Amino acid sequence: MQFGLTEEQQMIVETTRSFVENELYPHEMEVERTGHLRMDLIKQVQAKAMQAGLYAANMPAEVGGAGLDTLSWLLYEKELGKANYALHWTCVARPSNILLAGTEEQRQKYLYPCIRGEKWDCLAMTEPGAGSDLRGMKASARQDGDDWVLNGTKHFISHADLADFAICFMASGEEDTPRGRKKLITAFFVDKGTPGFTVRDGYRNVSHRGYTNAILEFDNCRLPKSQILGEVHKGFEVANAWLGATRLQVAATCLGRAERALAHAVQYAAERQQFGQAIGKFQGISFKLADMAMELKAAELLTWEAAWKFDQGTVTEADMSMAKLKATEVLAFIADEAIQIHGGMGLMDDLPLERIWRDARVERIWEGTSEIQRHIISRQMLRAFGA
Amino acid sequence: MKVLVPVKRVIDYNVKVRVKADGSGVDLANVKMSMNPFDEIAVEEAIRLKEKGIATEIVVVSIGVKQAQETLRTALAMGADRAILIEAAADVHTDIEPLAVAKLLAGVVKEEGPGLVLCGKQAIDNDMNATGQMLSALLGWSQATFASELAVSGDAATVTREVDGGLQTITVKMPAIVTVDLRLNEPRYASLPNIMKAKAKPLATKTPADYGVDVAPRLSVVKTVEPAGRKAGVKVSSIEELIAKLKDEAGVI
Repeated sequence: MQFGLTEEQQMIVETTRSFVENELYPHEMEVERTGHLRMDLIKQVQAKAMQAGLYAANMPAEVGGAGLDTLSWLLYEKELGKANYALHWTCVARPSNILLAGTEEQRQKYLYPCIRGEKWDCLAMTEPGAGSDLRGMKASARQDGDDWVLNGTKHFISHADLADFAICFMASGEEDTPRGRKKLITAFFVDKGTPGFTVRDGYRNVSHRGYTNAILEFDNCRLPKSQILGEVHKGFEVANAWLGATRLQVAATCLGRAERALAHAVQYAAERQQFGQAIGKFQGISFKLADMAMELKAAELLTWEAAWKFDQGTVTEADMSMAKLKATEVLAFIADEAIQIHGGMGLMDDLPLERIWRDARVERIWEGTSEIQRHIISRQMLRAFGA
Repeated sequence: MKVLVPVKRVIDYNVKVRVKADGSGVDLANVKMSMNPFDEIAVEEAIRLKEKGIATEIVVVSIGVKQAQETLRTALAMGADRAILIEAAADVHTDIEPLAVAKLLAGVVKEEGPGLVLCGKQAIDNDMNATGQMLSALLGWSQATFASELAVSGDAATVTREVDGGLQTITVKMPAIVTVDLRLNEPRYASLPNIMKAKAKPLATKTPADYGVDVAPRLSVVKTVEPAGRKAGVKVSSIEELIAKLKDEAGVI
């Protein structure tokens, strides 16, 4: 087994880390306190990210990305994940890999502008009545001659206010399956400004200030069939084939913030004096630090191993679920303990801990809840016995 | 014109340095190492000269342990074209002294024939500030130290130097050794696509024997101690008392 990083991987970590510390951290307080990311700031940081080759680095080299293997990409995600989410997602965007599934014409219209920083994408799946059970979705697409007509509502759609277009997953029919009738899904590109398509402000929420969610409404929204991504009724297939290791991406960004919180905790435990000594010398604190470090390492090893297996083509659904589950839960644990070690100071927004703690909450919900991840892991175990 | 840039692998400037228990030096085991920040500025300046069409090739050279090739790869990822590693030590704690480094660099200069050598003004580990000057003496080339601005045209370079109390602008004849100061430029990030390409760039490995240089130390370290800790301050009760203390005790006014 080989656990060391290559020289390239070390350099990727260093470049990304110094970019995050020098170009993103200084703007965090503004975004956290105003809950808003200014467009002029986005453009300013985006230009620097482009120069450093960090923008859209998740993409293959032949379309203008960095052409990273999965582990290198996740090392980059981990460093980006340390910063405020709105800042790193918007200013150092990683366009969805699903854009690679488009036809050349669709790539010209959507993929390349996203890589050049001229457009932003978003993905719309979730509905008020369809969360974990996506195939229970109601928003529909009905064929009408050569066109398709979309109706219904999507919600919790991340950064749809900023995005120039949405990739929308719509119920386009039904089929009989061993587990009853299920919806057939088709994916569509829907541009902002298409008649019948409205993006409304979403909900204010606990995590990731400045990073918005929106409600998408379709009211007889008519699209030509050229807006279909992949094939009719094959929306999930295109998502499964192209979306890539999004659970590992969530895991990696969580590892970054957990590492940042732990670094604060260690420094504070070494410097804060109470009862005549550094609080880190009290067993109540030192044991916390040891557990935090150990849990972080465990989550990292799960994530890096899954990444390595992803490139070998041997990764399983359970591998990716374990990494996502562990990293998101470890982040919540470390953020909470880091605040406990800081006492009252941990609650103040002068330090990034209170927001890391808030931001941790969504991670156990989006990209598959912790319960869904446990279901996926155990399903794989039970299936071997025909259960 | 070919530009040669020597780069040194040093303890990272963010690391809190710890003195070894026996006082023989600082502890470098499992400590993060990076390119000397002044050398990074020199690499950046060389790349800018190339972007302006003045430099045609940038060769970076590092003298030290095998791991210094990581530092060279960083320089290649920033935009240098080719690297030379002179493996002169096996132990990371061995510091090659400036005169030996200058002699080795003189050997590299004779081999490579650059028109300009851009060095950091000093390495942040031992702060010697000597290698550039020694190299200039060994080669009989002009030298311009502490550069905060550099303009090369034809066979002359105009260099603004940061000196005590102000700036001095001088013109030196090429070929020249220019040592760079902090305010010359802001080094770029090694971009991700360039990091991926750096591996394909050539990195040659040499030894001091290839240049006939003996790198055995001439200096011996007597003792290494941590800087004295900051003493507790005092509170003064009035402006008068403060002025009296500044005058009589501190002697600063």
